[in-house]
Amino acid sequence: MAHPGRDHLPGSRRIVNRLLPIQSPFPIRVALLLSLLFWGICFLLPLALMFLVSLISRGPYGGLEWTWTGENYVRLADPLVIGIFLKSFLYASGTTIVCALLGFPLAYCIARSSRAWQQWLLVLVMIPFWTNFLVRTYAWVLIFRADGVINGFVKFLGWTGDPIPLLFTDFSVFVGLVYGYLPFMVLPLVAALERISIHLEEAARDLCATRFRMFWHVVIPLSKPGWVAGAVLVFIPSLGAFITPYLLGGGQSLMIGTLIQQEFLVARDWPFGAALSFGLMGTILVLWGWLGRKSTEQAAG
Amino acid sequence: MTRFPTMFILNSVAVLCFLYLPVAVLIVLSFNDSQMGVTWQGFSLRWYDKLFHNPAFLDAMINSLIIALASTGMSLLLGVGTAIGMERLRGRAVSFINMGLVLPLVIPEILLGVALLMMFVLIRMPLGFLTIMLGHGVFSLPLTIVIIRARLRKLDPTWEDAARDLGADSWRVLTHVTLPLLKPAIVGAALLAFTVSLDDFVVTFFVAGPGSTTLPLKVFSMIKTGMTPEINALSALLVLVSILGVGCSWCYQQRVGRYAEKRLL
Repeated sequence: MAHPGRDHLPGSRRIVNRLLPIQSPFPIRVALLLSLLFWGICFLLPLALMFLVSLISRGPYGGLEWTWTGENYVRLADPLVIGIFLKSFLYASGTTIVCALLGFPLAYCIARSSRAWQQWLLVLVMIPFWTNFLVRTYAWVLIFRADGVINGFVKFLGWTGDPIPLLFTDFSVFVGLVYGYLPFMVLPLVAALERISIHLEEAARDLCATRFRMFWHVVIPLSKPGWVAGAVLVFIPSLGAFITPYLLGGGQSLMIGTLIQQEFLVARDWPFGAALSFGLMGTILVLWGWLGRKSTEQAAG
Repeated sequence: MTRFPTMFILNSVAVLCFLYLPVAVLIVLSFNDSQMGVTWQGFSLRWYDKLFHNPAFLDAMINSLIIALASTGMSLLLGVGTAIGMERLRGRAVSFINMGLVLPLVIPEILLGVALLMMFVLIRMPLGFLTIMLGHGVFSLPLTIVIIRARLRKLDPTWEDAARDLGADSWRVLTHVTLPLLKPAIVGAALLAFTVSLDDFVVTFFVAGPGSTTLPLKVFSMIKTGMTPEINALSALLVLVSILGVGCSWCYQQRVGRYAEKRLL
């Protein structure tokens, strides 16, 4: 269909028309183009620059020296670095598992409640989720400190010994991670569980399945998309967590996130920091791709 | 309620308590008169009083609001148009953009933070308000687009068809039909983008410069330089703000979401 007056458009408009030949008003196309431009400059370009920096060497005073080297990636194989990667992996997997175990019963109760209850429960789960992450983590510092809530309570009960060391331990980091990311597990699970027809559960029960068998063979397999989404949403941020290990782990408990921050802001070794960041990103993308392929395979099969 | 195993209910209650324990601790301690520690020494509002007479805190609050408003405005301006435009795109372009959209939301924030810091330093852009705003845009723009697209996909296409049949051109369809129908999603996206920007610590931490301290950065430096109960008061205020935020958006969605179509008529 010939567009009236198309040939008389000013030059800039014609270019936008050519690039995004869609039947929508001009401002829409401009917005699309600007978004792509913004994404390119503020997301793609920084990552590309980071990749370049990870391939050069560090200057004598913490600056950058533009000579190409693969040394930064070789340093990733340092046992210390590998240890920190493994530890972060362990934390993130543990967090995911505990979040799943704690989150499933709550998600199930929310999904199977009456409509009014459901709304209230969802709001209850959302409020901490919308509260500042830093503040929520700081609250655990108050709870775990030597003169904090737990030790105060223990003393109140009659404990006279030294305060129990809780803050700056692996335990405090772990609790902080589970607390921080639990809602990310609950919400996708609720969405997935809601989609399972209650009749399927009733059918299983009618066929004399025990409650456990009903959950194990019907509810859990059918809510798989929720499990996968929740696991991704919990695992990835906890693998790259920075605030939690920084505030609750102190200097003792380094994770990848705190190590990257140290390389950038303390040691000022940007090339190595960039290599670490790419190590983390590569790990995440591989895992994500693997999970994605697995779930599409399952959907096809 | 016989549908739930008792274990499930007990577990759920325990999990909810776990979620609210730190929040409760913060709020209670913010009213504690004690200078140190957690022993209760009587109700007092003096930490709030001290907080509101602290100019650094007021500055940080204003900075946070300016940045949140700016990045929300940018996200809406670009995001609404992009989401609507994407609906008309076909084939590979959509899956490419989708992939690109999700990536900034999936990778850990610290990666975004260090990558942006490195770029701003390499192109010699002074760190400050603009860099923080751009940094927040990297995640609030995709968020906006995702929310608005979700609503667009639920819209009944017959509304737009009807408008076109009645002789509206594409611009009129957009301003008189599509945008009014999208209003709940736009408000929701704005609230979310605003909150996310107001709350962000990690990206801000890396791309902030002198003179652009935001509230979370202020909280962080207060935690690092020695804990005074002032932080508790500030934290409790932030909790209150998010409760109000969730409440408002929830009420708004309840009221407006269902009636958007009826209002058109």
